[in-house]
Amino acid sequence: MASLRTLLTKPWIWSFVGALLVWLATIAFTGGYGAGGMVTAALSLAVFTVIVGVGQMFVITLGPGNVDLSLPANIGLASAVAMKVMGGSDAMIVVGLLAALACGAAIGAINYLLIWALRIPPIIATLSASFIIQSVDISYGRGLQIKPPPGFADFTNWQVLGIPVLAILTVLFTIGAAIALQRMIYGRSVLAIGQNIRAAWLAGVNVGRIRFLTYTLSGALGGIDGALLAGYFRGANVDIGNEYLLASIAVVVIGGTSVAGGKANVPGVWGAALFLVLLLTMLNTFGVSAGVRLLLTGLIIVGVITAAGGEKALR
Amino acid sequence: MTATPIDNGFKGSAARNAAARARLLRGLLPALSLALVLLAIAWLNPRAISYFGFSLMLNLAIPIALATIAQMFVIAGNELDLSIGTFVGFVGCVTATWLKDAPLIGVIILLGSIGVYALLGALIHLRNLPSIVVTLGMSFVWQGLAILFLPKPGGKAPDWLLAIMAFKPPFIPFPIIAALLIAATVHFGLMRTSYGVILRGSGGNPAALRRAGWSVLKTKIVLFSLAGLFGVLSGMALIGITTSADANIGNGYTLLAIAGVILGGGEFVGGRVSPIGAVIGALTLALAASPLLTFMHIPPDWQVAANGAILIIVLAARVLISRRER
Repeated sequence: MASLRTLLTKPWIWSFVGALLVWLATIAFTGGYGAGGMVTAALSLAVFTVIVGVGQMFVITLGPGNVDLSLPANIGLASAVAMKVMGGSDAMIVVGLLAALACGAAIGAINYLLIWALRIPPIIATLSASFIIQSVDISYGRGLQIKPPPGFADFTNWQVLGIPVLAILTVLFTIGAAIALQRMIYGRSVLAIGQNIRAAWLAGVNVGRIRFLTYTLSGALGGIDGALLAGYFRGANVDIGNEYLLASIAVVVIGGTSVAGGKANVPGVWGAALFLVLLLTMLNTFGVSAGVRLLLTGLIIVGVITAAGGEKALR
Repeated sequence: MTATPIDNGFKGSAARNAAARARLLRGLLPALSLALVLLAIAWLNPRAISYFGFSLMLNLAIPIALATIAQMFVIAGNELDLSIGTFVGFVGCVTATWLKDAPLIGVIILLGSIGVYALLGALIHLRNLPSIVVTLGMSFVWQGLAILFLPKPGGKAPDWLLAIMAFKPPFIPFPIIAALLIAATVHFGLMRTSYGVILRGSGGNPAALRRAGWSVLKTKIVLFSLAGLFGVLSGMALIGITTSADANIGNGYTLLAIAGVILGGGEFVGGRVSPIGAVIGALTLALAASPLLTFMHIPPDWQVAANGAILIIVLAARVLISRRER
């Protein structure tokens, strides 16, 4: 009982509770039909949000104003790069993944270069960068019809006992991210910068280097995500990353990470991603029209943020 | 920050003069970038610099300028509106359907949407919420409503609106008059009235404002309502030009509006914005994105990149100038 009580004080538990409630509402509607399949589908789709969500979480934790708006454009370009480099051949899968990773990391590094050289808020820097990346992607990916190599497409859809392998790997990755955040110098430095950038600097944290690493990390995760999305949806697309602007920011905030920075939460990203994906599944199951679905998604996000925002005022 | 130079008087030292010059240059930067784009267009295609040419090239600049002003009010209060684009699209759909068929209901819907903006301002302030997330969520709400009102592209603009937007005054093209009017009105309201100072103060130093006995909640509500009002005007102007609507018609405006405010010398923090600069920034983006590229024979793929490049170039120029300001 005591352990349950401590569990309830964790901010991330609520996103899982929300996901569970949405799931229960959906299977109540279908009369229990497809309950397991829904979890499998939710896990496969949540993976893509979790990967970029973790990158966005590190960026947001750096403090107010830090946010990566270039993720959607980044994902789009990386998906095209991955598909082109792989060229439909199984032998090139690793090279293609590395290319997407490098492409994303380069975008992240450029983002920080703009922030540093022009001394502009990250929002503006990542925004201007995303304008340019978008055009590069439109020009580079024009008429791109390359299918992912069969081995890669199978890998992104591979399941063991109804659990997507990609989800298992992502869980391992998020555990790594949590350790990096809480137990490693890098993560502690990110938290320190988010709490008080000047104090962190005075304490000897190499602020510039940590911020550079964080933006590069976020970019690299966007790149990997683009490649995986192209594998899962069997093809690259300029608009493939569009929904991940809202999703990446929303999962961070719903998951209990402070928007004011300095307080991050890795498990919450998973809970919030599952919540968002299941929410969409629920609305689709209820058979609502596209307009109503968008409307409800927006209202629920605003509602959840409003409900979750209260604790911040106490601090 | 105004576009007019700040005169330092005759106090004198050379360093101070240099600083004043740098500040003047910085204030003039938005106008200089617009002049540069105009010069480039004149050089590439002299015939574009005519009454007809400007009417055509600047046609879409009116809704962009209005959306930029809307964003500017939000940025003045240290917030950011990522929903203004879909809001403009929503207003467009209402304009092409309800406002045409049942004007009274149309007006009520549009006033109601401004009310929603006011509520958002209150909510963001009272609950201390991140405006980026709230408005990102709202962008889905507006888009969903737009699709519900107008499931497929169509509708028709009210005749009176078409008549206004097709207005052809003598000598000076309508878009230029409209831009001057918008800039002058907002400049007067925000920069030259005492409540305008309070509004900007809510972004500059909310704590000081609160201690001076002003309600920060009220300023946030006013700023967001003004953003809603100008968003409505932007959507209506857009439909007056395009004559019919589409739920996605305004999506690109979110980023354009932010870029316009920043190009015009606005800053993200501290309530430093410039209405005249914002309008100039919007005109620059409208001209550079499509006419200039067309004249340079650059494929439209690179339109978006042109916006990003201009933003980066102007910001880089600003950094160089600021360095001299010290």
